[in-house]
Amino acid sequence: MSDPTFFARSALLAVPLYLLLVVVLRGTSAILKHAIAVVAALALAVALVLMLPPGSLSYFTTFLLMGSVYAVLTLGLNVQWGYTGLFNIGIAAFFAIGAFTSALVTTVEPTGSMAAFTQQLFGLGAPFWVGLLAAGLASGLLALIVGGPTLRLRGDYLAIATIGIGELVRLVFQNERWLANGPQPLRGLPQPLSCLASSEGCSYLPGFVNAFFEPLSPREYPYIYVAIVAIVLFLVYVGLERAIRSPWGRVLRAVREDEDSAAMSGKNVAAFRMQAFVVGAVIMGIGGSLYAHYVVAIDYGHFDPLYGTFLIWVMLMLGGSGNNRGAVLGALLVWAIWTGASFAIDALRPTLASISPELPQRGPYVRFLLISLLMLFIVLYRPRGVLPEEKVVSLARD
Amino acid sequence: MTEAPTISRGRAFRRAASHALSSRWSLLALLGLLAVLVIVFGALEGIPASRLLGLTVRGILLGGALALGALGITLVFGVLKMANFAHGDYMTTGAYLGLVVMALIPASAPILGLGFGYEFVIALLIVMPLTGLVAYGLDRVTFRRLRKRRAAPIMMAMAALGLAFGVRSIIYMVFGADFTFYYQGGPRPIVELLPGLRVRTDQLFILAAAVVLIFLVYLLLERTKIGKAMRAMADNSDLARISGIATERVVFWTWLISGGLAGAGGMLYALDVQLRPEMGWWLLLPLFAAVILGSIGNVYGALFGAFTMGIVWQVSSAFVNPAYGPAAAFVVMILALLVRPQGLMGRDK
Repeated sequence: MSDPTFFARSALLAVPLYLLLVVVLRGTSAILKHAIAVVAALALAVALVLMLPPGSLSYFTTFLLMGSVYAVLTLGLNVQWGYTGLFNIGIAAFFAIGAFTSALVTTVEPTGSMAAFTQQLFGLGAPFWVGLLAAGLASGLLALIVGGPTLRLRGDYLAIATIGIGELVRLVFQNERWLANGPQPLRGLPQPLSCLASSEGCSYLPGFVNAFFEPLSPREYPYIYVAIVAIVLFLVYVGLERAIRSPWGRVLRAVREDEDSAAMSGKNVAAFRMQAFVVGAVIMGIGGSLYAHYVVAIDYGHFDPLYGTFLIWVMLMLGGSGNNRGAVLGALLVWAIWTGASFAIDALRPTLASISPELPQRGPYVRFLLISLLMLFIVLYRPRGVLPEEKVVSLARD
Repeated sequence: MTEAPTISRGRAFRRAASHALSSRWSLLALLGLLAVLVIVFGALEGIPASRLLGLTVRGILLGGALALGALGITLVFGVLKMANFAHGDYMTTGAYLGLVVMALIPASAPILGLGFGYEFVIALLIVMPLTGLVAYGLDRVTFRRLRKRRAAPIMMAMAALGLAFGVRSIIYMVFGADFTFYYQGGPRPIVELLPGLRVRTDQLFILAAAVVLIFLVYLLLERTKIGKAMRAMADNSDLARISGIATERVVFWTWLISGGLAGAGGMLYALDVQLRPEMGWWLLLPLFAAVILGSIGNVYGALFGAFTMGIVWQVSSAFVNPAYGPAAAFVVMILALLVRPQGLMGRDK
């Protein structure tokens, strides 16, 4: 308790835990549920802050943060593949468009001597939430353009078209300097509420809030951002659950299961596919924005098909496609495996070195192989994932 | 005969019009239009016609290596009804297997004015069946299980995606992420085909080797029993099974041929450009663009598509950054799909 940041960190960590409990807890009355969730989340957060050594706790926080960012992306894919059966293997394109749009909207165009180092199409200097919305909008717009000629075609064609878009978008951000600083990273993305973790505090917030978070230093910023990401993830999750359990969601699954009978029931199949594709892309764009403002400097290399597309597919397939809880769980599980594997490989360095002197520095590819094998295992033996799709989703549960 | 009501005549006219617009000829007309646009814009931008011609020739030479890859994709799609997204990485596998085999056999002096010795040709002949066996072996442990379960084609494509990344990660682990060459800094003899039009002799060899292999595939498909069985499977797999065709045997030969062609295509492409763990993934886009342009599952369509996409890839570099070459092939594919979704050789609707 001697640590001055104790209260601030506990309160911030309680936010994702509370939202998690709200989603997981079932039954009882709504008020009681929220009350239990608040108390339990605070207790859990305090326990975590007290019991874990500071290093592990901040590691846990950044893990939760990145896992939640990927969970947003996985939820986007779940709308497209899980519920509608659209085979999008160009997630990286929507991820990248979201990230770069948010970057351009929130940064300020450099002037003077800095302009020689950084070129960008525009820089609006808008707040974070404007960037977040613009990211979703731009990504949705891209989906509208890509979907037009490809969604009416067979599944494999959409797959190829999306691979193409993924590569094309990455090539553009790699080669077009004027757009977003070409192969060099676009730096200095603002971090929302980062003023809370600085000594000046946020001028637009009341004094007691600033006073409460006063002890936090910029190093503790992930505690703030994890709360923000958790809130966005929660809103996306709740919105999707509502949509999927609505008549609209039922039509999506009808389109996935049997296009012809959906069409015979008078549903405009093409329109529903397009809606699902765009909604999924908007969510991916939002995920891209969340990612960009965490890493602060982005370049084309972040949107490689491995990190930008394949990892997200493994997350959805492991968690359970057609199940939003599964998507979130899968994202956290795979992110745990992905980050855990890098520790394991570090520990195995001497062993790897004894096989071949060059192997230790190629360690990252071992986890690359591991994740591919995981994908194959799921497709071959557990195609429904850890949390399979629920048979009946539209009945009132409470 | 009574006169049809005008409203249905209008509909019939519209149907006939849309039929004509999506015919084989309109697709060819689209490609012709693109060629005209290239020449016009080339003239406006001051790009000499000889440069465009040179790039077209380069495109045809590149098309040979692409054709070998595209043939494999289209054969697997025809027989097994699955989009093999691992095919590009099978090409990478072939290229790197070639590197290993060439290290094991003694190198000779360059032959026939080419930039390489006998060892490359021997390695090519060894790598082809080797890559074919790798492709079949991977089928045994993955796709076969899915076929037995009668899984949806899309699940096969997903398994292929897993294989693509898995194979590439092994190549990264064994060979590292850097690019390399078969002949580091060796001689690269050049020949002048037409006045001002120079190509490397190696590139002529690549095209010649590709043409020979394509001809062998043609013989195999048209003249042998296994080729006939493959065509029967591609046409109607249930009927083929009822007629007593041993489907798993056909599957074996399909992978052996398609993997073998991928291995050769990978080695030939790497001889021209370089070896890189990502080369196969980057080739996937122009390869599928070629296959889809020609009609997926159709062998002759794939050949047409491969040479077209080779030309598109090279000629685009006169106008945009050469890095966009594969993406240019992709854009042409999208345009073609808008006109004729079933591809050049597809059946008319």
